[in-house]
Amino acid sequence: MTKRPTLFSLILSMPLLLWQLLFFLFPLLFLVAISFWTVRNFQMTPDLNFGNWERVLSRGVFWDAYFRTMVLATTAAVVTSIIAFPASYAISFKMSEKAKRWMIFILIIPFFTSYLVRVYSLQVFLSDAGILNAAFAYIGLGPFPMLNNAFGIIVGMVTLTLPLVVLLQTFSLNFVNRDLIEAAHNLRCGRLRTVFAVIVPSAKVGLVIAALFAFILSFGDFVSPLYLGGGNPPTLSIMITDFTKSGQQWPRAAVVAIMMIITLLTAAFAAVTYAYKERGK
Amino acid sequence: MGNENRIINALLKLHIVLCLLFIFAPIAGSFVFSLNSDRFPSLPLGEFSTEWYRLIWEDPLVWQGFGNTLVVGLTVAVIATILGFGGAYTDYRYNFTGKSVYVALALLPPTIPVVIMGLAMLAFLSRVNLSGTTISVIIAHGVMCSPFAMAIIRLRLSQMDPDLEAASWNMGGNQWQTLRYVIIPFTKPAIFAALFITMAVSFDEFAVAWFVSGLNETLPVKILGFLQGQVSPRINAIGSLAFLSSMTLIILAQLLLRSPEEEK
Repeated sequence: MTKRPTLFSLILSMPLLLWQLLFFLFPLLFLVAISFWTVRNFQMTPDLNFGNWERVLSRGVFWDAYFRTMVLATTAAVVTSIIAFPASYAISFKMSEKAKRWMIFILIIPFFTSYLVRVYSLQVFLSDAGILNAAFAYIGLGPFPMLNNAFGIIVGMVTLTLPLVVLLQTFSLNFVNRDLIEAAHNLRCGRLRTVFAVIVPSAKVGLVIAALFAFILSFGDFVSPLYLGGGNPPTLSIMITDFTKSGQQWPRAAVVAIMMIITLLTAAFAAVTYAYKERGK
Repeated sequence: MGNENRIINALLKLHIVLCLLFIFAPIAGSFVFSLNSDRFPSLPLGEFSTEWYRLIWEDPLVWQGFGNTLVVGLTVAVIATILGFGGAYTDYRYNFTGKSVYVALALLPPTIPVVIMGLAMLAFLSRVNLSGTTISVIIAHGVMCSPFAMAIIRLRLSQMDPDLEAASWNMGGNQWQTLRYVIIPFTKPAIFAALFITMAVSFDEFAVAWFVSGLNETLPVKILGFLQGQVSPRINAIGSLAFLSSMTLIILAQLLLRSPEEEK
């Protein structure tokens, strides 16, 4: 292994590093900087002013949005994980290798279909005169309000995150030692008990990471809250788009963005710590 | 496992079917409504119609958006794949202090919420007078797509026999020749897969493009505009076409990634 970097190694490794430093890390750091800038007459001026932070963090509107986003994203992560688990379990334990490969391929497809188009289509399913309510009316139920409320937002977030969570859960379940399950059965451990006492703890890291991804995606999503939730009251992502697009209040948007990043880092740290924690007894 | 239970297995299967139905209902719905004559899609369906496809075919704005999407997608695919290849090979071949930071920086962008990426890009690019240009979308998408390219190529490199490179050096090949005659041919399927996947990612990305694109909107950003304006089944038609093109790219990538195993 070469100790000193050669021209060859530099030419291969540097472009990506420079690109990410210049166009990824630097813009994020710049965001921190402009959160201290001032805006006068729609012009940003470099400054070291805590006014934006004070104004955003002292307002109830921000904290309402913060907790609303938190609750929505947490609910979406929990609901998605619960819906995904039986599916991942079945894929991992009950399917042939060939069927598994097909399922994985099928689950990758949604990542490459426009989320916008899917959400637009969901509006048609969920609206008061929509497909689902038409079906409910047919059997004499409803109409249920499913659009422009939290329910609609959660449906959108679950659509977004379910394929990813099933994939991640399936991968982690594939690593569960099959001998352990055989042993549990030999020891007369019931089916459900095997799942909760053997399989879930063995796959814990993967299950928690999957839920974390669902949380991160939902927390940052602005499409469901806007088009399935009606956009009002706002979530943090909608606040950012509002501050950016309408008011030119980029510094305030930056404050919201930094609060989001801090929250996501904290959530990621907490989840990873929890996932790798030895099961205390 | 000895004690299979038919009822439980049947319920599990039903659950999978329901999950897939839930995931694919919006996609299928979009297809169906794109071919439905009613302006406001509802049940029962109206007549079969290709009206919405005709409208988008005749809409110069859609063509303009499509052109921008194509230019951005092709450029981003090439840039992201080159950057990703370099990153993947660096991760595969070298050990150095700070390597974990290098890899983290390379792979992190997809975990940052798109609104935050969009805002950061907009703030930074407008400061250097690049916002509102096609270049700004290419830059932003390059950041978001290179991790995908790197992951795909890195996976392929990890399947390479480590003796191959050593053999090439022993036979007097220098690093460049080894790269040219050994590594690139071996990773070729992954390189093409990375090109297609990154293009597909760029095709569907709308949020960051929406922040930075200004007047040079890509097709997904146009859809976002449609969504904010009037209700129109044209969104379904555009969406269905976008879906078909993305699927073609994914299937091509999938075939390329799978072929080497089947050749053996």
